[in-house]
Amino acid sequence: MNIIIVGCGRVGETLAEQLNGEGNNVTVVDVEPSRVNTISAKYDIMGVTGNGAMLSVLSEAGINNADLMIAVTGSDELNLLSCVVAKKIGNCHTVAQVKNPVYSSEIQYLQSELGISMVINPELAAAREISRVLRFPSALNIETFAKGKVEMLKFRVPEGCALDGMSVKDVIVDLKCDVLICTVERGNEAFIAKGDFVFREKDVVSMIASPKKAHHFFNKIRYSSGAVKTAMILGGGNITHYLCDELSNTGIGIKVIEDDMAMCDALADALPDITVINHDETDRDILLEEGLKTVGAFVALTEIDEENIFLSLFAKGVGCNKIVTKINRVDFDDVTQRLDLDSTIYPKNITADMIVRYVRAMKNAKGSNVETLYNVIKGEVEAAEFIIREGFTALNTPISQLSLKDNVLIASIIRNNKVIIPRGNDVILPGDAVVIVSKTLALHDITDILK
Amino acid sequence: MNYKMIRFIIGWILIFEAIFLMFPAITAIIYGEKRPLLAFMLTVLLCATIGLLLVFRKPRNTVLYSREGFVIVSMSWIVLSLFGAIPIWLSGAIPNYIDALFETVSGFTTTGASIVPVVESLPKSVILWRSFTHFVGGMGVLVFIMAFIPLSGGQNMHIMKAESPGPSVSKLVPRVRTTALILYSLYIAITLIQIILLLFGGMTFFDAINTALATAGTGGFGIKNDSFASFSPYIQIVVTVFMLLFSLNFSCYYLAFRGRIKDFFNSETRCFLTVVAVAIALITLNITLSGNYATVDEALRHAAFSVASIISTTGFATEDFNLWPALSKSILVLLMFIGACAGSTGGGIKISRLLIYGKNAKNELGGLIHTGQVKKVSIDGKSVDKEVIKAVNTYMAWYILIFVASLLLISVENHDPITNFTAIAATINNIGPGLELVGPTGNFAFFTVPSKLVLIFDMLAGRLELFPLLLLFTPSTWKK
Repeated sequence: MNIIIVGCGRVGETLAEQLNGEGNNVTVVDVEPSRVNTISAKYDIMGVTGNGAMLSVLSEAGINNADLMIAVTGSDELNLLSCVVAKKIGNCHTVAQVKNPVYSSEIQYLQSELGISMVINPELAAAREISRVLRFPSALNIETFAKGKVEMLKFRVPEGCALDGMSVKDVIVDLKCDVLICTVERGNEAFIAKGDFVFREKDVVSMIASPKKAHHFFNKIRYSSGAVKTAMILGGGNITHYLCDELSNTGIGIKVIEDDMAMCDALADALPDITVINHDETDRDILLEEGLKTVGAFVALTEIDEENIFLSLFAKGVGCNKIVTKINRVDFDDVTQRLDLDSTIYPKNITADMIVRYVRAMKNAKGSNVETLYNVIKGEVEAAEFIIREGFTALNTPISQLSLKDNVLIASIIRNNKVIIPRGNDVILPGDAVVIVSKTLALHDITDILK
Repeated sequence: MNYKMIRFIIGWILIFEAIFLMFPAITAIIYGEKRPLLAFMLTVLLCATIGLLLVFRKPRNTVLYSREGFVIVSMSWIVLSLFGAIPIWLSGAIPNYIDALFETVSGFTTTGASIVPVVESLPKSVILWRSFTHFVGGMGVLVFIMAFIPLSGGQNMHIMKAESPGPSVSKLVPRVRTTALILYSLYIAITLIQIILLLFGGMTFFDAINTALATAGTGGFGIKNDSFASFSPYIQIVVTVFMLLFSLNFSCYYLAFRGRIKDFFNSETRCFLTVVAVAIALITLNITLSGNYATVDEALRHAAFSVASIISTTGFATEDFNLWPALSKSILVLLMFIGACAGSTGGGIKISRLLIYGKNAKNELGGLIHTGQVKKVSIDGKSVDKEVIKAVNTYMAWYILIFVASLLLISVENHDPITNFTAIAATINNIGPGLELVGPTGNFAFFTVPSKLVLIFDMLAGRLELFPLLLLFTPSTWKK
């Protein structure tokens, strides 16, 4: 694929390296000639100097033949503008990095109005990653689909679990859990879980659910997801905001320590349920006083990498056993890996990974009507995303009345950028994006799912 | 310094040289030349054996930095020349190895300076090999080879930068491999067109191929001793046009193909065409008025051919411009230094470098009047990177230093100053003929071995644009 990357920062460079390595034709654009020169000499890619929102610059970078444009400069506005221009002249897919929380709240409107395929907020993505680590430490894997909107959780049914012997229908009817079981792996076999499928011990179950509903579900089946009860967070920046938001209603008690009074105020305003302490977060005594020894998880999210690493090592020393360390700089990750930290989070790598996953999914889908195509279980189960257009034969029909093929499951419907976990009464409307999980089927068009 | 990668790439260079040498070997079979055939086949075997031994183990660490790029490029060109000279020497065409080396370097660097007194006496296969070295050297051989070597890519940019002519190198498309493919396709396509046009003019197939190969690389090895004097005006005109075509930036052709005609006529192309037009007009006027030619169109034809030949740094001749009046000769000598466009197959200082140099000099002068003045050098509406300006200034300084040093060294031989001056100018700018003893009808055979080595160095330095060769001989390049 022909890919243009606007912005040669750390994310841009990681993307350029990976996407070039995977056989794509990459062109990078940046205003700083020295950045462009260094990167284009390092990898087999082309460099163009200039502002990525300018028609002439994008034309020089070959926007007319581009399949995808990724805007990852430090400026949200420039990223959005670049995407709009690229979409207009190149009619390609666009990905924008948008950091400012102010836009985040309205990002769905911006995304659909501006026709951007995917918007990534690195801090939100990092917060989600941390929340997963805290909520489901025992989950085998968490995968995201449909440009990061749909999350699929994979876990193993333990011995003696309430789920053993239950059918998929029971989960919905008896437990009243609003989760969508997608696939079950038993031994070397994979199944698409339909209503009467019965679970057994040691099955590996993949399901789609919002964090809250997943939490509810695990409680019901008395599955210990290993979730922590309390968490101490250092630093009250954007990631902390997002993280607390993600963790609200999960029953995890949160304590935030932040040096800056104004930031504390903002946190306390936005999230009345959490404990906010205004104190120097590097003070040894306050950490111990607030119960560092007994806290379930310790999350270091200050702006300074060295501080995060240092404090995490301290927490480890006093006996805290779940530690998450945020590190902004990725250049020396080999050094930090040797430090024996518990979980490290690199927001920039997370962003790059998400985009690379999207690019792969786009590439898989090339030549068919599939929007993106992900491998759920390698070689067996795929998740394909389709955009529904007028003229689809099954419009406005409740899903329960559709005659779907075996081994096909409608996993989620994305309408106005909201994820709907489909139930029998839900209908498919034009403009929806639909994620179809299917086994050993090469779907080329949405009509392929019907009998 | 990644020695293993250097070894690996040199190995591939030799394998490709073995493949290149097949062409003259086939020619030797066709024309039944026994000794040259033996010489070429022996060299093919030698190159292939050494090459395969060197590439046998692929290095694990394939990272190349810019100094490796420079070293690989200069060493490859030297290795290419050293082995390329063997068949010419063994075939008995040129019985002295240093002379054969001079001829080969002159070929690969597309200089066209010859030490052969009578070209017609050479075996056909050796003539083809001479022309073929022009073709290989013209577009640069390393980028071509890098496109084929099984490496993951990404290492090639430093090599492309070190080998490609011009102050700054940019790719046409993201991948070096695709860029190289586009450039070579254009190169081969234009060469084929020239062959066809020459055949229309009644040239024999062998002559047409040799002429086109030598024109494509802007080399200048002729197939006849009198170069193009005895060919028809049609052929002279075809060669004139193609010499000019091959001295334009190849990226421009690609852009023109993509419908960006405006980019084709960028400031470098415009400047080049203006210089050519003015030079032709002045020389035509000068040689007509001084009575060298009876008619204006005959004068125009010879003036155009000579100007195209010199500015493209090819070095073909239709007339002995040694006999022209002083003004015309001076203009031609000046054109030697100007050279072709960046990104072409021609040599010389290059139009774009002179544009940057001149504009910067003007700005700096303005800075003396208005202290603290900030002014950017801009080409085609884009300001030129400071690093590029620095590199151009450094280039000019080294150019002059090497020129002066070489001039002193060969002046030991006590030939006349014009001969010495133009001999250096004709080799460092990769042109071929100079004036007086080394004029279009003369050759370089009379120089002694030390002087020939100096000229060999100048040819390589000129083709590789000084820095790669200079760095090869700088001790700190080799320090760990």
